Amino acid sequence: MASWGEASESRLIGKRIPRLSGKDKVTGKAKYTFDINRPGMLYGRILRSEVARANVVGLDLNDAEAMPGVRAVLPLIEVGRQIRYQGQEIAAVAAETDDIAKDAIRRIRVDLEELPHVVTEEDAMRENAPQIRDDWAGNQSEPNVREEGDINAGFEQAAVEVEATYHTPVQTHVCLETHGHVAEWENDENLIVWASTQGVFGVRNDLAGRFNLPANQVRVITEHMGGGFGSKFGPGVEGRTAVELARLTGRPVKLMLTRKAEHLVAGNRPSMTQHVRAAATSDGRIIAYDMKGYGTGGISSGAGFQAPYVYHVPNRRAERRNVAVNVGNQRAMRAPGHPQGAFAMDSLMDELAEKLGMNPLEFRRINDPSEIRQAQYTLGAQEIGWHRRNSVPGSGTGVKKRGMGVGSGQWGGGGGGGTQARVTINSDGTVEAVTGTQDIGTGIRTAIAIIVAEELGLNPTDIMVKVGDSGPGLPSGGSGGSQTTASVAPVIKTAAAAAKQKLFQRVAPQLQAPVEDLRVGNRTIYVVSDRTKTIKWELATGQLGMESISEGGEWDRELRQGGVAGTQFAEVEVDTETGAISVIKIVAVQDCGLAINRLTTESQINGGVIMGLGQALLEERFMDAVTGRMLNANLEDYKVPGTFEIPEIKSIVFDTHRKVTGVGEPPCIPTLGAIANAVYNAIGVRIRELPITPDKILTALAEKKA
Amino acid sequence: MEKFSYVNATSLEQVTTLLDDSRWGEVMLIAGGTDLLGELKEYIETPKTLVNLKTLPGMDGIKVDDAAGLTIGALTTITDIAKHPAIRHHYAVLAEAAGSIATPQIRNVGTLGGNLCQRPRCWYYRDEATSCLKKGGDICFAVDGLSKYHAILGGDPVYIVHPSDLAPALIALGASVKIVGPEGEKTMSLEDFFTLPAANPFRENVLQPNEIVVEVQVPPAKPNTKSFYLKAREKGAPDFALASVAAVFEMNEKTCVSASIVLGGVAPAPWRSKEAEATLTGKMIDDTVSKQAGADAVKDAQPLNDNAYKVTLTQNLVSRAAMMATS
Repeated sequence: MASWGEASESRLIGKRIPRLSGKDKVTGKAKYTFDINRPGMLYGRILRSEVARANVVGLDLNDAEAMPGVRAVLPLIEVGRQIRYQGQEIAAVAAETDDIAKDAIRRIRVDLEELPHVVTEEDAMRENAPQIRDDWAGNQSEPNVREEGDINAGFEQAAVEVEATYHTPVQTHVCLETHGHVAEWENDENLIVWASTQGVFGVRNDLAGRFNLPANQVRVITEHMGGGFGSKFGPGVEGRTAVELARLTGRPVKLMLTRKAEHLVAGNRPSMTQHVRAAATSDGRIIAYDMKGYGTGGISSGAGFQAPYVYHVPNRRAERRNVAVNVGNQRAMRAPGHPQGAFAMDSLMDELAEKLGMNPLEFRRINDPSEIRQAQYTLGAQEIGWHRRNSVPGSGTGVKKRGMGVGSGQWGGGGGGGTQARVTINSDGTVEAVTGTQDIGTGIRTAIAIIVAEELGLNPTDIMVKVGDSGPGLPSGGSGGSQTTASVAPVIKTAAAAAKQKLFQRVAPQLQAPVEDLRVGNRTIYVVSDRTKTIKWELATGQLGMESISEGGEWDRELRQGGVAGTQFAEVEVDTETGAISVIKIVAVQDCGLAINRLTTESQINGGVIMGLGQALLEERFMDAVTGRMLNANLEDYKVPGTFEIPEIKSIVFDTHRKVTGVGEPPCIPTLGAIANAVYNAIGVRIRELPITPDKILTALAEKKA
Repeated sequence: MEKFSYVNATSLEQVTTLLDDSRWGEVMLIAGGTDLLGELKEYIETPKTLVNLKTLPGMDGIKVDDAAGLTIGALTTITDIAKHPAIRHHYAVLAEAAGSIATPQIRNVGTLGGNLCQRPRCWYYRDEATSCLKKGGDICFAVDGLSKYHAILGGDPVYIVHPSDLAPALIALGASVKIVGPEGEKTMSLEDFFTLPAANPFRENVLQPNEIVVEVQVPPAKPNTKSFYLKAREKGAPDFALASVAAVFEMNEKTCVSASIVLGGVAPAPWRSKEAEATLTGKMIDDTVSKQAGADAVKDAQPLNDNAYKVTLTQNLVSRAAMMATS
């Protein structure tokens, strides 16, 4: 049975190893799609609607086409069609400079017949609201109802009951590198595209289909990528537009989204509003749960969330609906549905515990079926100093009050088949590892180098890793669902092991030992039964001559495992006069199986915590009901955490087994509940709507006083 | 942005001649550009000519004189103000306000003159597609719209807030501003420089289209003075004030001899609270007096749908500043 071996046998795997591309990134040498410039390249721009809902009555491209320096103007919507949200594409331009392109899209004349719009859930659900989807009555989908047990019987056993409404607003991805592509046709038949994407093969297949090309004549490259978080699968309208503009002009075209468009059309995390009634028994068991909720994913569906979450509730009913609004569509965002569900559930848990007069951690211990989290509760509580917590919420003295809270989460991340990879050993001793995955900032490039180096007795820097290119024809899936490492690592491991076996076969006669007795040392191959028999790496590979060894691998299920549990503890300080919240410390205990690279695993946890903190305390999309436009499609009023907001983060890699599991998403889940509960513990007033901003704190404190 | 011609200024006379005496926005001045560039890129302003002031000699620099007080040229960077030892020592409120602005990059290029003359951050005003009252439209969208960051005092009919941090601090210090126009120079109190929308909904100050701010003067610091700039915001940086208080106190032990309290982020102009000043002046400051001063500072506040919290916040900041004067 394949295995990663014991920790004591590992020289590299599980250690903290700096990422291979780190130096290139901090020196600016690393080239992102935004940095790609091709000879003769044109610049693409898209004219977008500023109106949320309208019929397109006329479209006149003549003035734009007549501008000097404009090489192509492409309509993206037909007259007679309907605009359904601000930001929707109207037409695109390719021009000699970006400035000309920007001016040119302003010369496009579009005649719109404005229609009544709804951009907030409240407006959409109002009686007599404009109907914006033909297939949904009242702008709402049919409810999705899930029921287990008998909630009425459950409520009858209740000692305490809580009824509350929790809300999380729409959050946008805020990828530092906006969506975009550079498209170049080598002739009419071969297309090369640099894409800021989470899936080079997905983009390849989409473009091949749309432009009627054989897949093997489309090459997609993503050497470095500036953040996706679920929003960058497939080329999207902008990618297909870049390719079409390049086709029309016969020139390479770069088309990157503006920051504003990134907020408007490049995806978002749906909102959540849930009204929940729940009950617990006197001995601390949640016994009944009844939830009615909705969310909006824009004009589309997809606004699901987890409810209930993590904890065991025997009698439960959950009813969810999608609400349609005239706003750009949702896309998957880091652990879709989980953070918002976790915030509501962990808030509810604390509210129930308080009514029972129980410590919220003890209440969780009773109701949490995960043995892993049970152990994490102990560890996390110790790290944060849970005993220092206010036993009576809000009982701290002084203007600035501190509090502590806890939250939980779970995820899959077990990977899947379909990755092809090759590990090649050349006669000069160099090694290449090639696969069609992409490093979207998570560090898979370094993880691949570590695995190959461990297998071959080399150092990670000795391995040339080639990812983010569909050219070699070694497909791999998109990087989403925290699946990359668990999908790729087993294939790389088995490919490297196969290459090693081939090399052993070549040197076994010279070492006068059977292949089974050969092992790799530090840049050597030796005989395990007689360690005086050894050959240096370069001398061994030197025998290959012109015949490099090149082996593929297989996705060995025994090398990976799905399912992780996590818990986080937060300590916050609230200034009760200004409503300012500073997070003092987050302890993140993250179950993750075998961490190939402990350093980048910790980075993943840190990043997840920061993203969760942003959702808890800062981020919110503001839609203006009257104009139908987003008011903060920028980074001034759409606020994301900066250095001042980031607390001490204690990331604990809680490795429970030696199989690979992804952890890209789960660390952003428990943060929200932990912070919200800590705020309550600090001030004794519960904020049930995220983000918890100073206005809400001050308003809630004033209401409590009154 | 639209195309414009670019002129490097050589003299103030040239600048005032270049400026169109009847129209705003045809010819515009640029120094650090940290505000103007945003307006150009968002097509809020579309000037035909930009006049670069950074080539003007002698308009930057800080002078401190025991008799004349503090003189700061309009082209002085915000960083230079924040770091100046004498300002930090004698005019703490000003150094603190300067240090709280934006980010190091912006403070390194942003100037005093630009900070005083910057335009509102209102999300309706800054949206090209929204024709609001401030830009010549019919309504202030904040009245019935989303008004979390808008004015609670002096708003009618335009509910923007003045975004400057330096202005409240300088007004609290009794500063005056020197303005040059075609007819020569004039000096006026900085407090009178700013106007409310009731007087002129389109502008935030009395500057005429052909005038330029060249210098700010601050009287000598009085002995036994304590001053503070308290700025509440949603994130550490960069972020504009939800509310801020510039406070200058002349103290005799715990008794307030005189107080100057100017609010930022809550009104379309820096808002001097004569009510709070009157409450504190001549009193021994304690918890009760400071709380009263806070309450008096906001007693005329008229919040919109989303910004009642600013009333509490401002009240608390004023009380806090008063208490800080006693320690």
